[in-house]
Amino acid sequence: MQIYADNAATTKISQHALQAMMPCFETHYGNPSSLHTVGQEANEILADARARVAACLGCEPREIYFTSGGSEADNQAIRSAAFYGAKKGKKHIISTAFEHHAVLHTLNALEKEGFEVTLLDVKNGHNVTAQQVKDAIRPDTCLVTCMYANNEIGSVLPIAEIGAVCKEAGVPFHTDAVQAVGHLHIDVKAQNIDMLSLSGHKFHGPKGVGALYCRRGLPLVNIIEGGAQERGKRGGTENLPAIVGMAAALEDACANMAENTAKTTALRDKLITGLEKIPHCALNGDRVNRLPGNVSFCFEGIEGESLLLYLDAQGVCASSGSACTSGSLDPSHVLLAIGRVHDVAHGSLRLSLCHENTDEEIDHILTVVPQVVELLRNMSPVWRDLQNGEREYIL
Amino acid sequence: MALYSEVVMDHFMHPRNVGTIENADGVGTVGNAKCGDIMKIYLKIENDIIVNVKFETFGCGSAIASSSMATEMIKGKPISEAMKLTNDAVAEALQGLPAHKLHCSVLAEEAIKSALKDYYDKNGIPYDASEFPDCENCGHCH
Repeated sequence: MQIYADNAATTKISQHALQAMMPCFETHYGNPSSLHTVGQEANEILADARARVAACLGCEPREIYFTSGGSEADNQAIRSAAFYGAKKGKKHIISTAFEHHAVLHTLNALEKEGFEVTLLDVKNGHNVTAQQVKDAIRPDTCLVTCMYANNEIGSVLPIAEIGAVCKEAGVPFHTDAVQAVGHLHIDVKAQNIDMLSLSGHKFHGPKGVGALYCRRGLPLVNIIEGGAQERGKRGGTENLPAIVGMAAALEDACANMAENTAKTTALRDKLITGLEKIPHCALNGDRVNRLPGNVSFCFEGIEGESLLLYLDAQGVCASSGSACTSGSLDPSHVLLAIGRVHDVAHGSLRLSLCHENTDEEIDHILTVVPQVVELLRNMSPVWRDLQNGEREYIL
Repeated sequence: MALYSEVVMDHFMHPRNVGTIENADGVGTVGNAKCGDIMKIYLKIENDIIVNVKFETFGCGSAIASSSMATEMIKGKPISEAMKLTNDAVAEALQGLPAHKLHCSVLAEEAIKSALKDYYDKNGIPYDASEFPDCENCGHCH
């Protein structure tokens, strides 16, 4: 039995998306910029895909810019707001401490270029409030960028409230919605979102494709210079097969959202309830405002990579924020940001589900995780010290 | 290619010498929970021979495999031979470790030396301190 519970990392492409892509390789292989019939057919398919993606977000087709993925969209959105903000003498950006590195590292680069960045604290409830954003806004704030939902711990941020605060203050609002698009209902106009990043492979579309929604009237700078594709804002021949696959996957995800959410949420809650029975563990992330598929825990006394390897041997594909899985000495910045100390952040486990997971799979996970945790604790000197009272429990 | 060699996976999935030794003659602990690696080695020594060795490890796959392999390499051996165990020898016996995991084999060597030092200290046996790791003043984990 192999159970794929790492859907926040990537998803299996849907048959519908795959089938939608095939004609773009075999028949409609033209370059959308070409004037001849084959090219113009491709151009029509591109326009159709753009309209369908736009409809899923509640925006106009011309507000959608296709990119290579979520990271590129994040870079472009933030760089654009920074560039045009600086022109008006505004060089302050607000974000959160648990953003994806595509956002955080772009902000780090901007800090070196003279921008000031305020990262909102996420310790309280493993989330932020619109009030925190409101309190942080200054006359020189040129951008608020807050993720829609956190990739590691599943917290869903109060995006509409943050959007309203930003609108009132006249500050552009970008959201990295890579984990949310296709999983949560989004209406960029109603939620006052000015820019939004999304990635195709997080909702059963193909990898290597994403999009940036940018409200009409808000200027963009180029990350990729080149031809006149994407209204001149993203050079390079369009990745038509991937764009079409992403559009098909997004339409499916939005059309079946209520059903998928109900199913996935039920599986998630069963998993959370079951895992919470393991002593000295803690759920990471906002318990109420939470992605339908996210289960994230810290287990005291063990290390995450060992946990993942033993789970893999039992057929469970999962993820961890331990240092050893990140390739650095520090565990995940997200877990540290919500206040988990290093000792327990190393023992983290993320299981991310989708509507294709089954009740039987959850039962299997609930059988093997406690066994593996116990096995690792039994060979851990930290656990022995905790049990002997030589070290104090944190969780 | 898999992250770890077959030997690493074997020692990780089926670790040898896991556990503790009551009234051990030497106990050594290296690493710290903050950086995600702690190794603890227990030694039973008779007539300068390591007659039994056990380990407990909090850490990643390569940390557990390194502990397991290192204990196998010194079990039944004279102290003089155990003192010569290097991290390179542990890594080699494991058919190699990924570059960012080599410190796990270093920890295994240091844990054994730390346990031997404890044995010397407990028994008032003189030794050359420079042969042992100085964990208190090492920047490895900080």
